[in-house]
Amino acid sequence: MQFSASTQPLPKRLLGFFAVLIALTAAVAVVGIILGMFGNFLLNGGTHVTWEFLTEFPRNSNTEGGIWPALAGTTLLVLLMTLLGVPVGTATAIYLTEFAKQDSWFARSVRFAVNTLAGVPSIVFGLFGVGFFIQFMGGSIDAAFGSSSFGDGSLLWSAATLAVLTLPVVIVAVEESLRAVPRDLREASLALGATRLQTIVKVVIPNSVTGILTGSILAVGRGAGEVAAILFVGVTYSSEVLPSAVTEKFMHLGYHLFVLSTQSPDVEKTLPLQFATTLVLLGLTFLLNLTAILIRSRLRKR
Amino acid sequence: MNNPFRATRRNIGELIAEWSIRAIASVSILVIFLIFIFVFREASTLLTGSEEAPTEQTSTSSQETSATSTTQSEPDVYNPDAEEPEVYNPEAEAPASGEEGAPGEFIYIAANPAYPHIYNPSSGLIPPDIDATSSEEEVIAGDTLSFGENFLSSTWQPVGEVPKFGIVPLLIGTAKTTLIAILIGAPLGILAALFVAFFAKPWIREIVKPGIELLAGFPSVVIGFFCLVTVASWVQDVTGVPYRLNAIVGGIGLSLAVIPIVFSIAEDALSAVPKTLREASLALGSTEWQTAYRVMLPAAAPGVFAAVLLGIGRAFGETMIAIMATGNAPLSSFSPFEPARTVAATIGSEMGEVVWGSEHYGVLFLLGVLLFVFSFGLNAVTELYVKTRFIKRFQGK
Repeated sequence: MQFSASTQPLPKRLLGFFAVLIALTAAVAVVGIILGMFGNFLLNGGTHVTWEFLTEFPRNSNTEGGIWPALAGTTLLVLLMTLLGVPVGTATAIYLTEFAKQDSWFARSVRFAVNTLAGVPSIVFGLFGVGFFIQFMGGSIDAAFGSSSFGDGSLLWSAATLAVLTLPVVIVAVEESLRAVPRDLREASLALGATRLQTIVKVVIPNSVTGILTGSILAVGRGAGEVAAILFVGVTYSSEVLPSAVTEKFMHLGYHLFVLSTQSPDVEKTLPLQFATTLVLLGLTFLLNLTAILIRSRLRKR
Repeated sequence: MNNPFRATRRNIGELIAEWSIRAIASVSILVIFLIFIFVFREASTLLTGSEEAPTEQTSTSSQETSATSTTQSEPDVYNPDAEEPEVYNPEAEAPASGEEGAPGEFIYIAANPAYPHIYNPSSGLIPPDIDATSSEEEVIAGDTLSFGENFLSSTWQPVGEVPKFGIVPLLIGTAKTTLIAILIGAPLGILAALFVAFFAKPWIREIVKPGIELLAGFPSVVIGFFCLVTVASWVQDVTGVPYRLNAIVGGIGLSLAVIPIVFSIAEDALSAVPKTLREASLALGSTEWQTAYRVMLPAAAPGVFAAVLLGIGRAFGETMIAIMATGNAPLSSFSPFEPARTVAATIGSEMGEVVWGSEHYGVLFLLGVLLFVFSFGLNAVTELYVKTRFIKRFQGK
């Protein structure tokens, strides 16, 4: 190495230096942007994130007070989303790893559908939520039972929309963890006389619980920050009470930030509130993603 | 244990379980179809509704438009030609009044003192006072537009006496911001991936890689807010542009969403290049950087290309960043320093106020179909073409 390096002519060595330098600069720039954003939020909003801010209702048309209903609404939303989405995602991942012949047309179409789903813009999921969940399903339920609460945007339909949106996240994460379960374990179980289903339920799934957990955490992280998909599927900018049923509208941290920063009558005045809301939202997703990344890197090492 | 009866008895339960898992697995496929069917269904009411318009109206429309634009009488009028902004000055003025008329949604833009100037460059001859008369003229011309002509025209003004749904400014805005986002995001992402894959020491890689992946977890509304409050001020300080929110600010915001996608896929592709190529290159006497740039990067080119394609998909479909940072004015301008409005941002900002089932509602769903079809096509290209080529290349076929 040293010999070959020293025999290179000077312009070439200079070129090589710049080639590495450019790549280094790019990496530093990207990391710098991330740290810069975080620092900026921390600097401007750090002192405003107090216990009162987290637990109080907003006052005076969102220009004072806290973010408690938005925080609670977001939490309820992602919990409901997890309940709806994670079982479906896990079952799909189990099918893809345990049952499917890898080159069968069905397995390939499922895989293609999952990849496509991951690339569909989130606003299209919002339209899907309006067209399918609210208009079609909600409308049908209302017509069938004579109720009137399902044909409008609600916590339930928002959670359903987000469950569909985060499906690829769950599937990819769970599939990865299922593949990490050693083949020997499955073969040992089958050799002892267990059926395929018994093997999956008693051997494979217990060994990939962390993966299912990672998938759920990643999905929650994605769902908590997603605003475009729920813009017209049940989120509201102001609420006096917390939602008491899944058919009610709810407040959401991301949407709250959006409204505060673009549609507030006095944007300048609420700037500290906006920064504090950003910090809470970012902190929430940041923690979730960090946990998932740490679990995953541990999983990969094993 | 090999009792065949026990095996069959078990298998019935097994079969049911297996088939239910198979059924659940098909949900993903089902959802793709449902998205297309139901988004298209809401949009289709519009198509069937407008076809009832008699054909005579189309012929009168070309007469009427020839009254306003003396040079051309064909539907070609609506192509974004170079002359076209002058012909349509009164219309270019109109969106301003339309937007200010819609309370709530556009307050931020309207509150921006620079905003009224947006429309001045293109309509220097017409002072804002005569706005009312000019829009009356436009009513006469616009009244008789058929749906197709309306859709391909260069005015997006959904709120008004005669709603105008010309998607040309939206397409220009989308193309403009996406291009800026890719021009910034793709090189940064790819170079950072090169650095992490080949130049970084292992412990640096362990920090930088998850760090950039964390950026992928930033909610887009947070990035949008950052651009709205901080990046917009920086850009204005540096360039001195009159409009605080413009396509550059939006493009920078979108690039923040694009970078982690390009980075992680390009990094995967670079790491997937067989180590033997690298060792062979080094053994022949080339240096680390020559190996990285001239051997590994070309070898991973299909994967890197896929990364850029998926980055484009993310950029044009992104809604919150586009709503918050681009300025949201539907202008047919190619200048990066003027405000823009993307297709996704239009759906996001107008869907909340629209009357469900109206023509405007249908048009917004049609824009959704457009986004869906485009992202579907982009993904199909990546899946079927790029990935198979990538795999074939390393299997030596």
